[in-house]
Amino acid sequence: MSRYNSLFCQLRERNQAAFVPFVMIGDPDPNSSFDIICQLIESGADALELGFPYSDPIADGPTIQKAAIRALKAGATPSRCFAVLTKVRSRYPDIPVGLLLYSNLVLAKGMNAFYQQAKDAGVDSILIADVPLREIEPFKQAANKSGIEQILIAPPNASDEALSDVAKASCGYTYVLGRAGVTGAETDADLDAKALLDKLHQANSAPSLLGFGISRPEQVKQAVKAGAAGAISGSATVNIIERNLDDKQQMLMKLDEFIASMKAAANKD
Amino acid sequence: MNKLNSRFGEFGGMYVPELLIPALDQLEQAFIDAREDATFQKEFTGLLNDYAGRPTPLTLTQNLVSNPLVKLYLKREDLLHGGAHKTNQVLGQALLTKRMGKTEVIAETGAGQHGTATALACALMSLKARIYMGAKDVERQAPNVFRMRLMGAEVIPVSAGSGTLKDAVNEAMRDWSANYDKAHYLLGTAAGPHPFPTIVREFHRMIGEEIREQIIQKEGRLPDALVACVGGGSNAIGMFADFIEQPEVKLIGVEPAGKGLHTHLHGATICKGSKGILHGSHTYIMQDTEGQIEESYSVSAGLDYPAVGPQHAHLAQTGRAEYVAVTDEEALHAFQLLAKKEGIIPALESSHALAHALNMADEADQETIIVVNLSGRGDKDLAHVTSILGDSFNE
Repeated sequence: MSRYNSLFCQLRERNQAAFVPFVMIGDPDPNSSFDIICQLIESGADALELGFPYSDPIADGPTIQKAAIRALKAGATPSRCFAVLTKVRSRYPDIPVGLLLYSNLVLAKGMNAFYQQAKDAGVDSILIADVPLREIEPFKQAANKSGIEQILIAPPNASDEALSDVAKASCGYTYVLGRAGVTGAETDADLDAKALLDKLHQANSAPSLLGFGISRPEQVKQAVKAGAAGAISGSATVNIIERNLDDKQQMLMKLDEFIASMKAAANKD
Repeated sequence: MNKLNSRFGEFGGMYVPELLIPALDQLEQAFIDAREDATFQKEFTGLLNDYAGRPTPLTLTQNLVSNPLVKLYLKREDLLHGGAHKTNQVLGQALLTKRMGKTEVIAETGAGQHGTATALACALMSLKARIYMGAKDVERQAPNVFRMRLMGAEVIPVSAGSGTLKDAVNEAMRDWSANYDKAHYLLGTAAGPHPFPTIVREFHRMIGEEIREQIIQKEGRLPDALVACVGGGSNAIGMFADFIEQPEVKLIGVEPAGKGLHTHLHGATICKGSKGILHGSHTYIMQDTEGQIEESYSVSAGLDYPAVGPQHAHLAQTGRAEYVAVTDEEALHAFQLLAKKEGIIPALESSHALAHALNMADEADQETIIVVNLSGRGDKDLAHVTSILGDSFNE
């Protein structure tokens, strides 16, 4: 059973939904990044969504762009990111780990080589922000070959037909956009995602995680109420890193408070 | 699925967030419908003729070429309203914007040429324009910023990333992904995701069609070679499109070699770049070994872009077109020469094409007709060129 499958089974038994934070690997530097990721897990994250820094992230708002720039300045490369992932996996064998990145980083290594390297580093899933369903085929083949689950995005503006195709193609989970636009905590998710989630459910989608514009516990609660299997929060998590760059203890403490409160909101009670 | 082919051989495609696919599909459909709509075509042609000033002349140079075997013609896109070929496709896309019922236009601009063209079309058609421009470029190109604002466009400086053209494109795409309902992204060159490379080519293809008619009238035959500069590649693809199926006409694209191809300071993506994905398209790009995008460089801002239109990548790979590179220095020389010998001040972009054509003219050992696409006029470059050459051009 895949790590995502067993996670979602366990959560169902405990009547909980998943809370999944996102951070950029290598932000603000490789060692701190490892400590930050460990903190997220210790504080109750059910799974992780982790980014590789890229120079031209067209799907990201200012918070995550700045995280990428910090990581690149500190010397993050895909190889160093994989090294951090390997360390995380050896300490935490069970938590599902997803990568979220851009297509050119995958192509630069060679598609098959990249997916294989991800698999070897203990990665469970890959989501490529600038590869829509229409271009996914070769990436999906590489994913299947190496045993990685390919995640796809279900956007709020997709036709019913497109949603059904995304539901069929996405493995592990389906990333449901809470709203249009780019990542960021500045604009809230549209929490009336019920119609979208229902359609995905009817099309037998993998469990749906709602992301984009999720930054407060009550939003997680609403996402779960609307039928999501969990929520992803990126910019709000990264904001805590950005605000506490010169005090790492404080940063980890604030992350702990944030993750714990978001996870608590994912209990269905 | 796509109704038009989204690829040129292995190049092209739609590498954008899933969120933008419906907007790109809507654009493709609007373009297909417009092509078959006589009213649209009439309106577009009317604007091109009566507002922009088409057809543009084909000028035989009088004094520039010393080799008596060579006739060098200039396609005078510099005489088009706005001062460059860019006005053609901007008018076309502005009409598509209205056709889709959208009221706002988003655009990116490097030096401000595409921004200025977008601003004029939006003023004409009462569309609300917001134009993203790298913060460094806003400082360097104050007159164009003023032009855009004068015509009612909002200019938004982008300081994210490197603060240049590629970051302005990133920001325009981000804006579009939040506002596709009411806004059209009016991309400035024959690059980016499908259907932009096809739409921009088709809205510029009159450049080549006019050349065909004009040269047959003047010479009774087709030219031996067409030469155009290539940044993103819109003026070149507009010139080449009508001749691709006729291999007897050589197609030559001239990339910016900047300070030299042996340095990092150039923008010659086909000559020196490698395959990758940038701004929605699989094409040749400038990148490091990890896949991070590198900055391009050229004395001419319009050629300073780290990717190239996917059809050019395909024409290069199949050998149908040849791509060469010309340095800043060679382009600056051609810039001065055309001014001195013919009384025409070319854009620095077009000066690259001219420099290569002059080399071809020197080497020709049989009767040869060359057409250079003089894609823009050089007024916009005067301050920049003066700052480089100082008084030396008096010598």
